[in-house]
Amino acid sequence: MGRYVIRRLLQMIPVFIGSTFLIFFMVYALGDPVAAMFGDRAPDPATAAQIRRDLYLDEPLWKQYLHYMGQIFQGNFGTAFNGQSVTELMASAFPVTLRLTIVAIVIEMVVGIVLGVFSGLRRGRDIDTTVLVLSLVVVSIPTFVSGYLLQFVFGVQWGWAAPSVAPEAPLNELLLPGLVLALVSLAYVTRLTRTSIAENARADYVRTALAKGLPRHRVITRHLLRNSLIPVVTFIGTDIGALMGGAIVTERIFNIHGVGFQLYQGILRQNSPTVVGFVTILVLVFLLANLLVDLLYAVLDPRIRYA
Amino acid sequence: MRRATRAKWGVCAVGVALVATACGGGAGAGRSGVVSSSWGDPQNPLEPANTNEVQGGKVLEMLFRGLKRYDPKTGAAENVIADRIETSDSQNFTVTLKTGWTFSNGEKVTAKSFVDAWNYGALLSNKQKNAAFFQYIDGFAQVHPDGGSPRAKTLSGLVVKDDRTFTVKLNQKFSSWPDTLGYSAFMPLPQAFFRDHDAWIQKPVGNGPYLVDSYEKGSVLRMRKWGKYPGDDPARNGGIDLRVYTDNNTAYTDLQAGNLDLVDDIPAAQLKHVKSDLVGRYINQPAGIIQTLTFPMYDKRWNRPGAEKVRRGISMAIDRDQITREIFQRTRTPATDWTSPVLGADGGYKPGLCGDACVFDAARAKQLVKEGGGIPGGRMTLTYNADTGSHKDWIDATCNSINKSLGDDNACVGNPVGTFADFRNKITAKRMPGPFRAGWQMDYPLIQNFLQPLYYTNASSNDGKFSNRPFDKLVNEANAATDTGQAVAKFQDAEKILAQQMPAIPLWYQNGSGGYSDRISHVSLNPFSVPVYNEIKVN
Repeated sequence: MGRYVIRRLLQMIPVFIGSTFLIFFMVYALGDPVAAMFGDRAPDPATAAQIRRDLYLDEPLWKQYLHYMGQIFQGNFGTAFNGQSVTELMASAFPVTLRLTIVAIVIEMVVGIVLGVFSGLRRGRDIDTTVLVLSLVVVSIPTFVSGYLLQFVFGVQWGWAAPSVAPEAPLNELLLPGLVLALVSLAYVTRLTRTSIAENARADYVRTALAKGLPRHRVITRHLLRNSLIPVVTFIGTDIGALMGGAIVTERIFNIHGVGFQLYQGILRQNSPTVVGFVTILVLVFLLANLLVDLLYAVLDPRIRYA
Repeated sequence: MRRATRAKWGVCAVGVALVATACGGGAGAGRSGVVSSSWGDPQNPLEPANTNEVQGGKVLEMLFRGLKRYDPKTGAAENVIADRIETSDSQNFTVTLKTGWTFSNGEKVTAKSFVDAWNYGALLSNKQKNAAFFQYIDGFAQVHPDGGSPRAKTLSGLVVKDDRTFTVKLNQKFSSWPDTLGYSAFMPLPQAFFRDHDAWIQKPVGNGPYLVDSYEKGSVLRMRKWGKYPGDDPARNGGIDLRVYTDNNTAYTDLQAGNLDLVDDIPAAQLKHVKSDLVGRYINQPAGIIQTLTFPMYDKRWNRPGAEKVRRGISMAIDRDQITREIFQRTRTPATDWTSPVLGADGGYKPGLCGDACVFDAARAKQLVKEGGGIPGGRMTLTYNADTGSHKDWIDATCNSINKSLGDDNACVGNPVGTFADFRNKITAKRMPGPFRAGWQMDYPLIQNFLQPLYYTNASSNDGKFSNRPFDKLVNEANAATDTGQAVAKFQDAEKILAQQMPAIPLWYQNGSGGYSDRISHVSLNPFSVPVYNEIKVN
């Protein structure tokens, strides 16, 4: 197990280098950001040259990348145009997005799995059909539609929640955006759980467990659910990274100043340190989440542990 | 039944929490006298000489007062800290300050506060984006050379005489120069700025009606009324909270939900029903912004003899009235000159100066384009940036109008460029394949600001590289004229050359738009389309 973890951690290094280079290259390909800093006015060449030298933009791309990586290993992620260091931006943005992601994951897990179990155990009946149709509807609505809709209904029409989240992003204000962010994944979790449960419900070991007289709820929670959750856990695990990155839309709609907000600003202003820095961290989150999933497998299924 | 129970508890918890938000909402409560307003994250640190966009500019307007200020209603430059600015030759000026002005940290506003600030702004190594605003002051070439390092630290044209007086020597005659001094780049700075720059940036100290209470970069700037403000335009509210929104739709939704008091940018999608949403609380008034289609005059095909007929013809082929009505819901006004209505007749705005060329006339347009030898290559593109400002809609409509007028479906097509930065790069690199969109927001309400930076040979924002000797001569004469009326007349003569040559097609004047909650009143926009924050009253 320990060696497995170390191997997985070592694998992250090339992924890390490759992804940062790709992102760096793509942001660079968008063009020189200095011209846009001056708005509709042509930049005065001397000032522009000074800014370029300061931002290391007057060097060839490979040199810029090496310089950037060198800085990163010293813990310096560069500076955003408004004078704040990118690490400072990260320190303010990641906790907010993390809270939002946790809210979304909790909603998605609790609601998704419960609905999935109920409909999976009642396959083909009315409740199952209803859940299937509902999840289909939810899957087909893009986040920005459900976001604006729920924001308008809950925030403006009914006044249940504030339509935008305060800068401190307290947990209770994140419930609505968290729900919006969770919706699509929630539908997937429901459907995955349902299929998995429905399949395993007819498996031999379940029949055996029932035959030897175990109470039904114990069969479901200890035997059926444990086996059925493996694909669901995989999905949720990979979803952590996707949710953090995908928060761009949700954060914009609810004006949450998290990772999505900073990334959006960074892209709009072509601030490569911001974009590359944030995406790099997201890549790491994604990799770690995957690692976590693989480790969870072993917990859920002892056969994997000893293999 | 352990797990199932836990799951149920989870559902209940979420449900309870959802209901709890009902109590937790309404961030509007508990901030008496303070107005909350939408804001965009400023691009640069909030330094006077480094702020060249509206979002940072509106903060400087609250935190600072300079020698002059533009009247929020008329746009006229009026003395604030300046007692008088005298000159006998339009080139050497003596500035005398009023007494009694201090910064909010108690430091006196003296001649040095201005001279130090201007020297800082002009010095190349400080990389201030507004450095060019000091270019008319003598010695600018030494502190801000086109290449290499500065040969001097201070502008030789600035001399402090005593606490209340300093002199300015310009490197050319510029009679309306004092009227440019209301621009934020010319604001005074306290010594704290130079002593501890980083701390100052964290919490700027100025001499305006507000002081900074707290500044969380990227999310909220809280400003409070400065009780000891010596000026005659103190804040009539307790303070202003500027909240950063990335999406103006969210700001608008917040306004509707009573979570925000003031929005100074109504999203395009809401324009249709904004009047019924905000009965009597919607503002739509002219601002000093004009939009044009600029021709790449560096391109031989657009600048050959006779091409001016084509350029004029294309201008005539655009149905400005219909586009401003259908696409912009009347938040734009068809342009008939190259300035803006906010200048007023005395300031140089002259409706109809463009003449026939700005009047929609399909038949005449077709004829003119034909006489001029047709559109180069038979087909032209209108280049715009697609990332912000929803330019696609009006570009497509404009092309449509041109195609219909010329009776050729392929005459004009939109050419989107992914980002604003790339768009600006292509413009600076002179790589525009055809006419491109341009917008000009005035720095100060002077006709000079609408003409010289844009059309004077090699001027800083002359993106089309238009060059016309009679035009340059008239601008020089206008700048040298000591009589304002005379100067304006000269500038208008220069404008008539634009009407003949049509290096840029005037499209429409942009309005400022805003909306506010019933919690506040006395809301208006100044000629720069920025709310006059200090006048706002909380009901």
